[in-house]
Amino acid sequence: MQEAMIKRAVQLLADGTVNRVMGWKRGEFVYDITPAVFTTAEELEKDFVCDDFTQANLSKYLVKESRKEGKILAFLKPCDTYSFNQLVKEHRIIRENVYVIGIPGGPKLDIEKIKAKGITGILSVENENYTLKIETIYGTETMPFSEAVSGKCSGCKSKKHVAYDELIGDDGEVLDSNRFDMVAKLENMTSQERFDFWRGELSKCIRCNACRNVCPACTCENCVFDNPKSGIDQKAAADSFEEKMFHIIRAFHVAGRCTDCGECSRVCPQNIPLHLLNRKFIKDINELYGEYQAGADTTSRAPLNNYNADDCEPSVVHERGVE
Amino acid sequence: MLKISADRLNDLFNRIASEQTLYIPVDREPNTAEYRKYEDGMKLSESLNTVRSAKDFFFPQTENLAEFKVEGKNIEIKDIREESGDFVVFGVRACDARSFSILDKVFLSEPVDSFYKNRREHGTIITMACTRPSETCFCTAFGIDPTAPEGDVAVFADGENYFFLDRTEKGKKFIESVADMLEDGDTSKLEEVKEKTREIMKKLPLAGLGTDSFGGDKLNELFNSPKWAELSESCLGCGTCTFVCPTCQCYDIRDFNTGNGIRRFRCWDSCMYSDFTKMAHGNPRLSQLERFRQRFMHKLVYFPANNDGEFGCVGCGRCLSRCPVSLNIVKVMKTLEVKE
Amino acid sequence: MNNDTLIPLIGVVTDIRQDTPDVKTFRVNALEGGKVFEHMPGQCAMLSIPGVGEGMFSITSSPTNKEFMEFSIKKCGCLTTWLHQMEVGQQITIRGPYGNYFPVETELKGKDLLFIAGGIGLAPLRSVINYVRDNRSNYGEVQIVYGSRSKDDLVDYQEIISEWQADPNIEVNLTIDNPQEGWDGHVGFVPNYVKELNPSTNKTVLVCGPPIMIKFTLAGLKELGFTETQVYTTMELRMKCGVGKCGRCNIGNKYVCKDGPVFRFDQLGELPDEY
Repeated sequence: MQEAMIKRAVQLLADGTVNRVMGWKRGEFVYDITPAVFTTAEELEKDFVCDDFTQANLSKYLVKESRKEGKILAFLKPCDTYSFNQLVKEHRIIRENVYVIGIPGGPKLDIEKIKAKGITGILSVENENYTLKIETIYGTETMPFSEAVSGKCSGCKSKKHVAYDELIGDDGEVLDSNRFDMVAKLENMTSQERFDFWRGELSKCIRCNACRNVCPACTCENCVFDNPKSGIDQKAAADSFEEKMFHIIRAFHVAGRCTDCGECSRVCPQNIPLHLLNRKFIKDINELYGEYQAGADTTSRAPLNNYNADDCEPSVVHERGVE
Repeated sequence: MLKISADRLNDLFNRIASEQTLYIPVDREPNTAEYRKYEDGMKLSESLNTVRSAKDFFFPQTENLAEFKVEGKNIEIKDIREESGDFVVFGVRACDARSFSILDKVFLSEPVDSFYKNRREHGTIITMACTRPSETCFCTAFGIDPTAPEGDVAVFADGENYFFLDRTEKGKKFIESVADMLEDGDTSKLEEVKEKTREIMKKLPLAGLGTDSFGGDKLNELFNSPKWAELSESCLGCGTCTFVCPTCQCYDIRDFNTGNGIRRFRCWDSCMYSDFTKMAHGNPRLSQLERFRQRFMHKLVYFPANNDGEFGCVGCGRCLSRCPVSLNIVKVMKTLEVKE
Repeated sequence: MNNDTLIPLIGVVTDIRQDTPDVKTFRVNALEGGKVFEHMPGQCAMLSIPGVGEGMFSITSSPTNKEFMEFSIKKCGCLTTWLHQMEVGQQITIRGPYGNYFPVETELKGKDLLFIAGGIGLAPLRSVINYVRDNRSNYGEVQIVYGSRSKDDLVDYQEIISEWQADPNIEVNLTIDNPQEGWDGHVGFVPNYVKELNPSTNKTVLVCGPPIMIKFTLAGLKELGFTETQVYTTMELRMKCGVGKCGRCNIGNKYVCKDGPVFRFDQLGELPDEY
């Protein structure tokens, strides 16, 4: 797959279709992957990677890249195409400046899940028929591939590409995922249990802003939390109320626009399951306004931006809050 | 050397905790350790290191500086500082232990930061030698020996026992205070363990990382390197590296209206943030390139220029494992280094 | 516990002067009268209104003024807008003094001095000018070149006319950017005016103003034959602590709040161009 991608990218650079290629590059370790822009065939052949560890969603980088001179080639996994579409819909990505090649998605691996097995000193990770063979300084270890699958892939919603100019590999289908199971479990808790759950999780937050800065739905030029004029700008929570406020407000701001790409939880250094907040909104929107998948297309009106006579009454919030 | 057998470690913890507050690294999830206030029965983490660094004990993420009562045109200041209680931090690794001496150079230089000093004076640091370094470790590049950590007391494990070595006056007093629980032990196996660890250190993927290309005298050539543009290209501008870093110490001072007065607090800040240097009339670091460059220039050039060549990095590897897009100081050093 | 520099003192605003449409000069005293603390010319203080913010401001009064401190502040952002709304009697928090100062007792002593200021850039130099006037015998010739957008934007205009221009031992050259009714003085930008005046190159220069003015003034001085070691300036960057710890005003291995704000241009030249 990687070879085919490099070959095609080199062609598209050579024939002038694009002048840059957005992909991934490896650093010191097998899991050490950084999104990167390539401009020459030599760079691509030397550094371009696409494998079990290339999890990062490239779509948000295209906000900036699509505003530069010339057209850029971007390799997008199915989930990334949803973010891409959503950003096109919001006029953040200039569509005609991007050449999208859809590539098969995961499941991708999360190195933290390998390390959680106590495996350390990792030198290489090979996938041999869905058993991972991990070379370490301390010897060879093995573990099932399935146990190292990234959280964002284990609840995969779709293998279908919703935006592309061409595909490498086959297109897939929208999946019937179990991604709302945990949300349903939280909904069934008492309000105290739920509060305790979120207090436990959100109190781990160090306000590094990784979730916000990686989020393809967070592309404001000046975020309210950075803007002294907003009155709620903050670097760190002054008290436990503010601690929760940041994540809850952010979830509100991306409601109806979040495609559930899972980057927020992937990047959280404290492993807070932030995607659950967004999934709650997605589940609510589905239930209150009808099934809606942000990023599935670039033309439909978003449920929270649209008015229908049969929309639920605002009082639904209050009614549902009563135990 | 004085030792305690591994099965009695919790007895020792209980004893320490009965006299002062004790913090130990505990696994929240496998391989995700954090310092917690010790309670009976807590198990010492076997993870190499905590996700957050140990700097939090002396330079917490937020701390209150003062309170103000504002009435009409009048302002009243309340000094809300309190003397810290005595506390012990157990299980600090060699890298984090070195970070304290780096932070000391900032906070204990004139004018002394009384908030930091207060905690530093009341804290006893018990370090623990490493036996299973990870691929992300590169402390040796900064002259740190993970088998002989600094701190007030250094603890060494040989699998069956924990050995205690005092390194400061404070450490000596600490060992005396628990001496009745300790006994003399044979350290021959310990030497084997240390030797084995040193062998592993040599084989680590980052073992050859050099610092010759960096230092206070390389300011302009490094600052003007064209490579910063490519290096910083993918940086998200978040503060993850900064906040997990044991030596990052930039801070902000902010006011918070409690509804009952104004509380002025200090909190961690990051030079990676877009508003860090923003003024009403402009910003000297306009793009992420300048912000990214600042963070690494500070650790590899500016800090050593002001501190006899000591680098502002301890090679703990946290930025390597936590950056959302795998940008880190090793990548920067390898890209910028001048190869002979 | 000992005092901590981050915990401020209280000062009270005892006089407010509207200098220009967007600059006010605030007189600050200690609660019990007198000054909150002593300083040297060029040093700064952190002023704050709790709940609004804290900011670093140059102390514009001379240390030789034993009764009060003054701050000339341009309305620019959040905090300064609030400060401009203050009335006499308002208390503020104040801490300092911070930073180094113009070497009035060492390198500048015995020298012929040329002050060049633009707009609000006069604020830090006013402290030095009045210090020099009060210790006049310690210095040689004193020349002041000061310009602003218009006559109304000349900060401390009354003091300039009634005291500086009236002082036979000082040469004062004023200029405004564009012609204006009621102004019969020089018209033109400061850097050009300096070149026209063609000052003797044995003068030591102290310059402060907007970055663009400083840039062209320095270039002009070099054309006239001045060297960077003869020219001092004072800098402004965002600051929070004032003591070289919070990291904000770091340029190269210097902290503007602690190692500055006063720099000689040859020293600045060694630093990365990031200010």
